[in-house]
Amino acid sequence: MFRRSALALGSALGLVLASGAGFAQTGKVTVVTSFSKDVTDPIKKAFEKAVPGAMLEVQNRNTNAGVKFVEETKGNNQVDLFWASAPDAFEVLKGKKLLSPYKPKATGIAEKVGSYPVNDKDGFYSGFAASGYGIMWNERYVKANKLPTPKEWQDLAQAPYFDHVSISAPSRSGTTHLTIETILQGEGWDKGWRTTKDIAGNLRTVTDRSFGVPEAVNSGQVGYGIVIDFFAFSSQGAGFPVKFVYPSVTTLVPANVGVVANAPNKAGAEAFIEFLLSPTGQEVLLEPTIRRLPVRPETYAKAPADYPNPFKDKNLQGLLTFNAELSEKRTAAVDTLFDQLITFQLEPLKAVTKVLHEVDAALKKKDNAQARALAKEARDLIAAMPITEAQAASPEIKAAFTGGKEKSARQAELEQQWAAFAKEKYAAAKAKADEALKLAR
Amino acid sequence: MSRSPGQVALALAIALFLGVFLIVPVATVVYVAFTEKGGGGLTLVNFLDFGRTDLFVRSFWNSVYVSGMTVVWASALALPLAYLTTRFEFRGAMLVQTLGFLPLIMPPFVGAVAMQLLFGRNGSVNLLLDEWFDFKIGFMEGLNGVIFLQAIHYFPFILVNLSAALRNIDRSMEEAAQNLGSHGLRLFRRIALPLALPGYIAGSSLVFVKVFDDVATPLLLNVKEMLAPQAYLRITSIGIDDPMGYVISVVLILVAVATMWATALVMKGKDYATTQRGGGGLARRQLKPREQVLAYAVVILILTLVLAPHVGLVLLSFATVWSFSPLPDGYTLAHYMRVLGDSSVYIKNTLLYSGLAAAIDVVIGGTIAYLVLRTRLPGRQWLDWAASTALAVPGVVLGIGYLRAFYGVSLPDGTPLATLWIVIVLAIAIRRLPYALRAAYAALQQISVSLEEAAENLGATKARTVRRVVVPLMTGGLLAGFVTSFATAAVELSAVLILVQSNSDAPLAYGLYVLMQTPAGRGAGAALGVIAVLIVAICMGLSQLAVDRSQRARGLDI
Repeated sequence: MFRRSALALGSALGLVLASGAGFAQTGKVTVVTSFSKDVTDPIKKAFEKAVPGAMLEVQNRNTNAGVKFVEETKGNNQVDLFWASAPDAFEVLKGKKLLSPYKPKATGIAEKVGSYPVNDKDGFYSGFAASGYGIMWNERYVKANKLPTPKEWQDLAQAPYFDHVSISAPSRSGTTHLTIETILQGEGWDKGWRTTKDIAGNLRTVTDRSFGVPEAVNSGQVGYGIVIDFFAFSSQGAGFPVKFVYPSVTTLVPANVGVVANAPNKAGAEAFIEFLLSPTGQEVLLEPTIRRLPVRPETYAKAPADYPNPFKDKNLQGLLTFNAELSEKRTAAVDTLFDQLITFQLEPLKAVTKVLHEVDAALKKKDNAQARALAKEARDLIAAMPITEAQAASPEIKAAFTGGKEKSARQAELEQQWAAFAKEKYAAAKAKADEALKLAR
Repeated sequence: MSRSPGQVALALAIALFLGVFLIVPVATVVYVAFTEKGGGGLTLVNFLDFGRTDLFVRSFWNSVYVSGMTVVWASALALPLAYLTTRFEFRGAMLVQTLGFLPLIMPPFVGAVAMQLLFGRNGSVNLLLDEWFDFKIGFMEGLNGVIFLQAIHYFPFILVNLSAALRNIDRSMEEAAQNLGSHGLRLFRRIALPLALPGYIAGSSLVFVKVFDDVATPLLLNVKEMLAPQAYLRITSIGIDDPMGYVISVVLILVAVATMWATALVMKGKDYATTQRGGGGLARRQLKPREQVLAYAVVILILTLVLAPHVGLVLLSFATVWSFSPLPDGYTLAHYMRVLGDSSVYIKNTLLYSGLAAAIDVVIGGTIAYLVLRTRLPGRQWLDWAASTALAVPGVVLGIGYLRAFYGVSLPDGTPLATLWIVIVLAIAIRRLPYALRAAYAALQQISVSLEEAAENLGATKARTVRRVVVPLMTGGLLAGFVTSFATAAVELSAVLILVQSNSDAPLAYGLYVLMQTPAGRGAGAALGVIAVLIVAICMGLSQLAVDRSQRARGLDI
């Protein structure tokens, strides 16, 4: 057996070396992407048609694996482009000097989509499409459980939605992170966290993959999901009984593309970016399997009638100007707070939320001032935060996550402190809520 | 027992292999655990933090509980199947053995979806229960859900190793006991099980460590408060360079080594070797009619339970839309048509990679087992332990380690070494080595050293003894190892996802992953999953046939 496998090894090596000859073909553009085949195939086809002699080699990896890959292989880089949704992944690459700046020549591209700037201000990556966050739900599930249809984020915090909602963790999904950050910036630190925790009390799951949410809604394991629009649209395209709504305050986030530092085929990489931004490239985005929002306003003229248009539709204009700098300063803190206060404390948080829903129902039947006061105290305890807004963006906290000199505590110590804080507050809130329920009944 | 220059060379070669392809790549990643973030110096403060963080401590105990309970339930599933099909005249034994192995081959992602559709909160079973009896069962809730799925998923480890061991027991042992009046459960408990203990221990220690280190199943159930998912989540979150993920990896590795060490301790000083092998020339035991009915009922019940996920997978691959309903809305062949074009290259790569990887595993695993059990080389145990750590190294860590260790090395034409597909094979081989190793180890433990001494007394050289006596007698165990490594390699994803460089080099699991990230790809992914399971099942059926043939042939020879 040994001899035979050695033989196979030898011949295998020979094969690889032989095929190496065709490797350095001109016009081969290698791209690492988190986009699925449904998205990359039509674009690859259109690109190769538009730029004769070009060949797009697509390496599918999830965003995290893609970032790690580019980072680990920088010494001998073979990748031309990084192509993904999450702007924070590009920020990480940029921070590690793994991107090279390129200013697209294409004209007629919008400066901003919704409230988010399309391009990186330092020119390291460019937005080529936008997507918005919203709520998707499974119609059969909703009907069978006699549940309402939501319109706004706050709806998801109401009693009927208890245990029916799913979201992906912001630490695992760049787009969820932006949604949370938008709520925090829109409503302010304390009120924003209160809203987030109110919704979180109704969560069924916090998934570790963005796609885990539409997957669960599609198969009817959860009723509602907080998702990015194209997940819902392409699910509808595949025939699943799901619906989608943009709440009146939504975030539009650009999906991006950037040239990797020391790209072996820099010219090819630039040609691909120009193609994506060209009228032809933008039109491909309208295909049913892709369904992204073009960043070229004129392209919407060719879109189907019900296609959302961020440059015209009132509800997609966005009410606040997204402060990317503030967001960047506290990224790690916000993600870790969400994980320590919500993801890993979900059971206690849900337990007290359930009781509070019962208190509300009882109070509706027969009001009781004392119970109402206790319930409010419980809600305030839940909403309490271990750190202030200023602390979250402070160099001390940031350094705990990056390993800088200013740090006052290690990341693990902070996490333990925050987890202990949440555990204690939720337990206290539960006691108040239980008491309130006794009085209200 | 001996120590010859040839053995020393062999041991060094294996140590080198493990060093280059396991220890060095992993060390390049895991050393972060021993440094403080931002500072360069070595420190153990991160391990103190581990002990001081409630979440990690809670996760650790959850993992211990889940792994332990899984071994119990997996044993309950595996024991009847293994015993009935190897020690009795049982029609369809080969089919049962093959089917009983299938749960191990659960394609990533799509398997999870199929399970949710069957056993989930609104899966077929619960929707029907709710409609008929107005209640639901939380098969997939929390830690017990993890235990349920893990027991179904990993019990074949026990089944395969235990069956191989049971086949090696000479029937005269049972006959002697029967002549002395023993029968039924007592016969099983006092004779068959003790003699097959090496196989059982090999299987259940694998289950324990594997469940302890598994990421996929807990995350599918959204159970994050276990140790392996904690490590995975931390290592794969972008932008957060956190030593704790690697600290947990080190803890996982330590637990794996400790488990192997503990099982070695349990087995120490006990002799499981018999000079008689397998067949013994006498007929297998007969079941009485009443026993037969009971036996078939038990076997069918177990198979229905453990194969349910695959039934779900097949349904999913033919389904048009399947959402919140006990069965799909309609059926179609479209998904198979869609993957047919792409899948031939995936299938070819999968067979090539898994076949090569399993062959490497059997050779290395068999050699390590021989060196540990039959020689007195100092430090030989370390080879076993080092190889076993592969069980605990998260796939992503190994993948990143390979990039770090081999991407800088260029071939003459300038392409990095890590871009060659053979690197994927090596990564898979390392990840699956412990399976083959445990199987080979158990097989060798059952062979009496006196057979080799006899051969050497008759003038055979060491090499010739190994070739003519040891290897043939170990065939069953080695094949069990090959099959386990091969089948599980065919659905390996985590390291592959990091290492695949182009679609033409990608195995099935990668194609499946790409499909499963879109709503429209669910059915196609399931179709690809069914193809993967079929291929592996056919290969397994063939090797099972080979084992049976060789056993029968030898039975006649003796």
